[in-house]
Amino acid sequence: MKRVNVIRVKAFLKVIAILVPLALNVNSLVAAPAVSSVGASRDVVAVPAAEGLHDVAQAAPEEEKAGDVIMHHILDNNVFAFDPFGEVHLPKLPPIAGIDISITKHVVMLWLVSAALLIVFSIVGGKYKNMTPRNAPKGLANAMEALVEFIRVDVAKSNIGHGYEKHLPYLLTVFFFILFCNLLGLIPYGATATGNVNVTLTLSVFTFFVTQIAAFKAHGVKGYLQHLTAGTHWSLWIIMVPIEIIGQFTKPFALTVRLFANMTAGHIIILSLIFISFILKSYVVAVAVSVPFAIFIYLLELFVAFLQAFVFTMLSALFIGLATAHEGHDEHVAEVAHH
Amino acid sequence: MLTSGIILLAGSLLSPNPGLIFWTAVTFVIVLLILKKIAWGPILSALEEREKGIQSSIDRAHQAKDESEAILRKNRELLAKADAESDRIIREGKDFADKLRADLTDKAQAEAKKMIASAKDEIEQEKRRALDVLRNEVADLAVMGAEKIIKTALDADMQKKIVDSMIQDLSTKRN
Repeated sequence: MKRVNVIRVKAFLKVIAILVPLALNVNSLVAAPAVSSVGASRDVVAVPAAEGLHDVAQAAPEEEKAGDVIMHHILDNNVFAFDPFGEVHLPKLPPIAGIDISITKHVVMLWLVSAALLIVFSIVGGKYKNMTPRNAPKGLANAMEALVEFIRVDVAKSNIGHGYEKHLPYLLTVFFFILFCNLLGLIPYGATATGNVNVTLTLSVFTFFVTQIAAFKAHGVKGYLQHLTAGTHWSLWIIMVPIEIIGQFTKPFALTVRLFANMTAGHIIILSLIFISFILKSYVVAVAVSVPFAIFIYLLELFVAFLQAFVFTMLSALFIGLATAHEGHDEHVAEVAHH
Repeated sequence: MLTSGIILLAGSLLSPNPGLIFWTAVTFVIVLLILKKIAWGPILSALEEREKGIQSSIDRAHQAKDESEAILRKNRELLAKADAESDRIIREGKDFADKLRADLTDKAQAEAKKMIASAKDEIEQEKRRALDVLRNEVADLAVMGAEKIIKTALDADMQKKIVDSMIQDLSTKRN
């Protein structure tokens, strides 16, 4: 009997879950045309010339509002909003050399990330300073060591190979910087600095410079220029050289867009899922759709935070490895020519 | 949904912000330099040291294993040698003992033969002496008998009886 009751209750809930939003929508559907018609008639009466503009504004008030709020969360601005409690206006700094360097939300996040990084790694580094090879790391030091060791062995050593130690500090810093940025962006009231194309652009420009400098150091100017020809016959150089040069720039561009788009997309999805319930004005949708799916995407974002930090570091290491590789094809071609 | 379209059209997602680029670069470089000093140096050197330590431990373990195997082999060889040695010693001892026993037996037999021979000699001598004595005795007895026969003179039966009784006497006396 009890089982039957439970099933009946479940079925009842299902029916409610389907019917209630429909009922609510019917209301809004009924209401919406009325509002728009009222607005339209008023427009016709007031300013017939501006009818089109106002119509657009009136027709989609909900969507525009949701979009604005989402954009407000994603984009950079001068206000740190702690929504029910008010907001902090960040100071405007005087422009230097025509550049507006006032502190924005993402700059503050970058600084928070830096502070977190410095605190965590000053603790960890301090532990390692007075550690002999005989005792094992514990707690935080152990957790960080796993990541450091992963970057050191699986990312740097396997992709760069010989001379990877020089690039380790850059790779480790970029990994933890991006990771902490991604994770701090998932905390309420936080903002994802890596979801800003300017930040990711700067980071990938660093990778670009590191790669180019490493290539120059490894091959010298002559070797670097030879690399641009990709070891092809001189008659193909007119095609190969531009392609290789473009290739040098597409790599950091891809890094920029990948990180930025991944971090932005995740946040837009979470916010959009939440706003579905506001747009439909339904608690049922909120409970049945928005919150569970948002939680799922949030957990996915936690994974993506690690994944994207890893991918950025991995690709940086790969590009450095490609640039510095004492591989074959130049020397091989030279050998063939000798024969 | 219109939302996504508006977001895409907003354009400000991709708008450049030189101030943010500047701050990102400055922040990142400072963090990189500080972390390189306070964290990556100690951590990486500790990791490398530990890696080397583990490698050397493994090397040492291998070396110790090789050494112990060598020692084990040597021990086995020594043991085999000692076994052979002890076998040899036992065999030699056995041989010696056999020889000794054979020698002793021979000697003992020779001794016994010698003793038997000397005993026979002695017995022979004794016998001869006894026979001599007996002969003398018999001669004496014969003389005494003859004396008695002569004394009793004529009675041959008597003489015979006398001689018989004397012989009887002798035999009983001897017994």
